[in-house]
Amino acid sequence: MSVNDNNLVRIRDLHFSRGRSKIFDGIDITIPKGKITAIMGPSGTGKTTLLKLIGGQLKPQKGSIQFHGEEIPTMKTKKLYEARKKMGMLFQSGALLTDMSVFDNIAFPLREHTDLPEVMIRDLVLMKLQAVGLRGARDLRPSQLSGGMARRVAFARAIALDPEMVMFDEPFTGQDPISMGVLVQLIRSMNDSLGLTSVIVSHDIQETLAIADKIYIISQGKIMGHGSPEQMNQSESPWISQFVHGDADGPVRFHYQACPYKEDLMAECHLEL
Amino acid sequence: MFDWFAVIGRNTVDFLARLGAEFLLFLQTVKGFYALIWRPSLVIQQLFSIGVRSMLIIIVSGFFVGMVLGLQGYNTLVDFGAEESLGVMVALSLVRELGPVVTALLFAGRAGSALTAEIGLMKATEQLSGLEMMAINPVERILAPRLLAGIISMPLLAAMFSSVGIFGGYLVGVDLLGVDTGSYWSQMQSNVDFHKDIVNGVIKSAVFGVVVTWIAIYEGYTCLPTSEGVSRSTTRTVVYSALTVLGLDFLLTAIML
Amino acid sequence: MLNSRIVEISVGIFVAFGMAALLVLAVNVSNVSGFGGGDHYTIVANFDNASGLKARSSVSIAGVTIGRVSSIEVDPVTYEAVVKMTIDSRFKEVPIDSSVGIYTAGLLGEKYVGIEPGGAPDYLEEGSVIRLTQSSIVLEKLISQFLFSQSSNKK
Repeated sequence: MSVNDNNLVRIRDLHFSRGRSKIFDGIDITIPKGKITAIMGPSGTGKTTLLKLIGGQLKPQKGSIQFHGEEIPTMKTKKLYEARKKMGMLFQSGALLTDMSVFDNIAFPLREHTDLPEVMIRDLVLMKLQAVGLRGARDLRPSQLSGGMARRVAFARAIALDPEMVMFDEPFTGQDPISMGVLVQLIRSMNDSLGLTSVIVSHDIQETLAIADKIYIISQGKIMGHGSPEQMNQSESPWISQFVHGDADGPVRFHYQACPYKEDLMAECHLEL
Repeated sequence: MFDWFAVIGRNTVDFLARLGAEFLLFLQTVKGFYALIWRPSLVIQQLFSIGVRSMLIIIVSGFFVGMVLGLQGYNTLVDFGAEESLGVMVALSLVRELGPVVTALLFAGRAGSALTAEIGLMKATEQLSGLEMMAINPVERILAPRLLAGIISMPLLAAMFSSVGIFGGYLVGVDLLGVDTGSYWSQMQSNVDFHKDIVNGVIKSAVFGVVVTWIAIYEGYTCLPTSEGVSRSTTRTVVYSALTVLGLDFLLTAIML
Repeated sequence: MLNSRIVEISVGIFVAFGMAALLVLAVNVSNVSGFGGGDHYTIVANFDNASGLKARSSVSIAGVTIGRVSSIEVDPVTYEAVVKMTIDSRFKEVPIDSSVGIYTAGLLGEKYVGIEPGGAPDYLEEGSVIRLTQSSIVLEKLISQFLFSQSSNKK
């Protein structure tokens, strides 16, 4: 298969299920180089699972995931690890190693994967910390950081090895407006200045629409729609419209499946739940 | 009727699959020892948190167990006029059984539960996934040094337990109750066999070291990544370790006698 | 991460302590030196009866342990007990006409082999056989002898 120069990741006909529940039922996603691609959807639709599939931590039952034109699911461990060095990932909780300082956390991938002298590692770490604005926090421990700071440190660590792609797992969840703004701006500017390809998984509509170049909306294992933020905003589809505008009732019901209220009150409910 | 067989069948298959997966993980971890030759600092760090931090509880417990043995042994033996054999009794009980077994039980409570909680929390806070995505194999980087440190620590701790216990028995028996110093030591020396007693005791504690540390690591690595999952796995570590140690102890004793 | 130097030092202490404990167990508790360690030579003695004697029982002169019993077998022809003893090479000058006996330490204690030195100018060496032996005393035999002599005295 020829490698499309503009696309870093190509997912075709992906099927993945955990136990009996189907998480992905044949989805196609293309992630273009140098752009910010957002993958959105309600909670529990397996957005994080998708990132793990791209990172090769999970294997799909069926379908192809290509990174640089190479199949991730069938890769040998050694090759997979080489591919992962070209990906950075920022976890929801930051996933900083709790028994090390901020400095050591960022130095960690460098020390593990390179033979650089300590002086050079120091320079590199300070450079990354400067980029996320936390050079002064280098001696703090992860437990002393606020949620937003922890994510910025994790960001600095994710780009420590100068990857081609960074995946963000719910970067905006649970942030106050200021650190949210900081993160949004940081993702955008790093993407452009370092020539990164960014993949954002999120359900924070406003921030994501503001930053993304391309959006996929997933629900119940299917792609509900994709396109630019403007296209999503003006979408005719009632489902996408409900999701983007956050309406309480619509194609996705407000009520969990139940028998009619009146029957239930009269204790005449016979619905098999 | 057939449902019933299906349940048995499914459980058996599940059980075997889990066992196989656990064994594979164990082999991968042991394979990870190889890479540690070039990075001894990882093992030293773990020896500190596993071995050094268990040392105090082991030494204090060993001392008290030895003193109790001295007291009980003396009161039993003196009825037969055989209090000279106190040293033998204390030494054999400690070296053959109590040293390895009690050390393993204490180790499971002190170091095993801490290991499970540590690894479980690393899993719950996505640190293990994070390592994988940084192209670092958590089995080699996290599990292997801990297992190796546990295997090294256990026999050393058991030896400390036994020697401190023998000293404790000496304090009670000789200094307090008036057993002759000479007969305490000489009877001990002529009746404790190096191969049959000491070496076998060390083998036992090495086996316990593998088993207890592995249970702790496995429970942590496979726990549900929630706070409830971690706490449940921690409890399971202690319970499984205790049962396995006591069962294995019988088996090993039967084999080695 | 703790100061790595403190970690290294305390791990060093831990390992040294553990090794020391193992050494104490090996040397002080089980007396490993009497077992194969160091130079030694083997002598043999045949007893009519070696009941109560075990491998690793001590061999002594004048109450001082100089070696240990290494094996006890039955001679298939004479039905005597063949007791092999390992003697520490420090005790080289044991006269060849010494006699050995199996004694009991205390009333209920262990059996041990006692050597009574003779006066010959030659010494025991590897493989020497001691002729003069005194078997272990079997309590039941002693009692029956005593009763027997009592009853014969009365006649």
